[in-house]
Amino acid sequence: MSPVQLANRIPLSDYAGVIGEGEIEELRTLAKPLAGRSVEMVNSTAVGGGVAEMLNRLVPLAEELGLKIRWEVMTGGEDFFEVTKAFHNALHGEPYHADPSHFEVYRSYNEQNLKRIPLDAEFVVIHDPQPAGLIQARKNGVGHWVWRCHIDLSHPNRSVWDFLETYVKGYDGAIFSSPEFARQLKIPQYLVHPAIDPLSEKNRELEPEFIMEVLARYSIDPLRPILTQISRFDRLKDPVGVVRAYRIVRRYFDCQLVLAGGSASDDPEGAEVLREVKGVAEGDPDIKVLELPAWAPLEVNALQRASTIVIQKSLREGFGLTVSEALWKKKPVVASAVGGIPTQVIHKHTGLLAHSVEGTAYQIRFLLSHPEIAARLGEHGHQHVKENFLITINLKRYLTLFLTLNKASKN
Amino acid sequence: MERKEGSAGLEIADTPFEFFTVAYLTRIGNLSAGTLAELLSGLEQCSDASIFHHTYQTLSSHHFLTEGFSNDFAQWVLADANRDALAEQLAALDIRDYTSIAALRADLCHAVREYTEQHPEFAHQQALERFYFCESLEVTLPFGVTARTLQEFHDGVKRLSHSAFYFHFISSRLRLHLGTNDFSHWLANSLGLKTLADNINRIDIYTNTLDSARAKLLRLVERERRKHEPSTVGEPHPAV
Repeated sequence: MSPVQLANRIPLSDYAGVIGEGEIEELRTLAKPLAGRSVEMVNSTAVGGGVAEMLNRLVPLAEELGLKIRWEVMTGGEDFFEVTKAFHNALHGEPYHADPSHFEVYRSYNEQNLKRIPLDAEFVVIHDPQPAGLIQARKNGVGHWVWRCHIDLSHPNRSVWDFLETYVKGYDGAIFSSPEFARQLKIPQYLVHPAIDPLSEKNRELEPEFIMEVLARYSIDPLRPILTQISRFDRLKDPVGVVRAYRIVRRYFDCQLVLAGGSASDDPEGAEVLREVKGVAEGDPDIKVLELPAWAPLEVNALQRASTIVIQKSLREGFGLTVSEALWKKKPVVASAVGGIPTQVIHKHTGLLAHSVEGTAYQIRFLLSHPEIAARLGEHGHQHVKENFLITINLKRYLTLFLTLNKASKN
Repeated sequence: MERKEGSAGLEIADTPFEFFTVAYLTRIGNLSAGTLAELLSGLEQCSDASIFHHTYQTLSSHHFLTEGFSNDFAQWVLADANRDALAEQLAALDIRDYTSIAALRADLCHAVREYTEQHPEFAHQQALERFYFCESLEVTLPFGVTARTLQEFHDGVKRLSHSAFYFHFISSRLRLHLGTNDFSHWLANSLGLKTLADNINRIDIYTNTLDSARAKLLRLVERERRKHEPSTVGEPHPAV
């Protein structure tokens, strides 16, 4: 059993209606040689953010397939999460002034967690930079250790990456969400896309009445176009840029903007960014800035389904699972060509990409003028997610990785 | 080869068709290209698994789109290097014409080399985004389903996942080195159904999605079965 409280379990057989019986049988076949083998997933937050959300779904499914899997969350004080947030931004290429005390804080919390978390599974997957230092628990090369990096490392701050690399090179492999995030490392690097759960509260079908009720709750007019960005209030998601794009679109279309999100427990900057966004939006009743408690999955789902166009105007992005969520709901998406977004939004096939505020506004105007193209992009987007970004595919990749590592160690 | 006769005049194969489950893991390589010259150099140096990944595997990854994406190299040359004529040449390479990666690599290199020699001004022009060479690691396991008759074969194909269907129908061409696929090979050699095997091998994997290719294959098999049922002999065949 996992030490983390998991969301409602959904049996694997329920996914047959979405992906087909053949895919389910395939998962069972791949899992057979791994039955009873121990797996441990470690990350830094149990609630909020894409990683926690994915693990919440992945862990019970892997357990159902017979793997002895558990999910551990590392603990840290405010100082630790401030440092790791600075590291996160620096690894995404934001300016960062190296401070030796930051590295000390990082080391100290990783050492504390080494004593607290039992890291004795055959397959250990450490998610993101925060717990990367736990590799020190590995004794004499026992087990298979993989570092799963969910962030864009294509232009990292040198000092932070150099520090992190001393830990990363001790792993047996690293997983990235896009080939361009990979580094020149001596260990094998794998590509695994993050994923959404089509049956979770955030993505399952909803009754139209419930969607209307949510719109009414936030005074959103269902009769006028709704532009939506769902994401944490984080500067790298550029919520202020979204407001600027919306203001350009408003010159041509009588539309509304919804900026909705929550904050993750490992993101201390959220409240500050939310204040900034509210300031920029002030005075425009058609901009709704919604701070949702613990991501309120059903409300997010309803807002996405009610949207005319979904925006993801990130400046940097690990992957941006909210894009896959919108595509799954057959929504036309206008998104920045950064990080893992172009993997999901294949320009002119499954959505439209933009590189600026003006470009974002233009693509939104284009789709508002051509609803038939918007509908086609949405259909293709749905299919693209079905084939590549569902939790069942993610599970398949992990099973394949474990089988590959196992085979490599035997050879 | 000796074959027993089963129901409705159809035979029972001595050698059963064994269905496999397949899963691919993408390994990110250390090669990348920002120009056509670098693409050529990458094509010359990369592993066979990388050529396979960017040509054969593409058909599996984007199979729901029947426009574009015939291979990753063509797509990158079109979308990022913005060289339409070369993209068309690369896209025109049909993996069905190849029984080895070496031959496919040679033709890919030839197309890029010839283009950069004819248009040296574009050889070092920076593309919008870089091309990253990756490779596919394949894990195969027996699916636990075998077929000795046409009916069992039909039922087995119906149960396959997308990747397993792709494995038997598309990537098998390289494994067999015969210009055919696992299904056609077995139907011709173990059930003696050469015409059916040929018709299946003719299904266009570029203009069909994996789903529509499978549907066509199943319709061909059903038609073959009906041909051997006494009550339906002489009835018109449904179009495929």
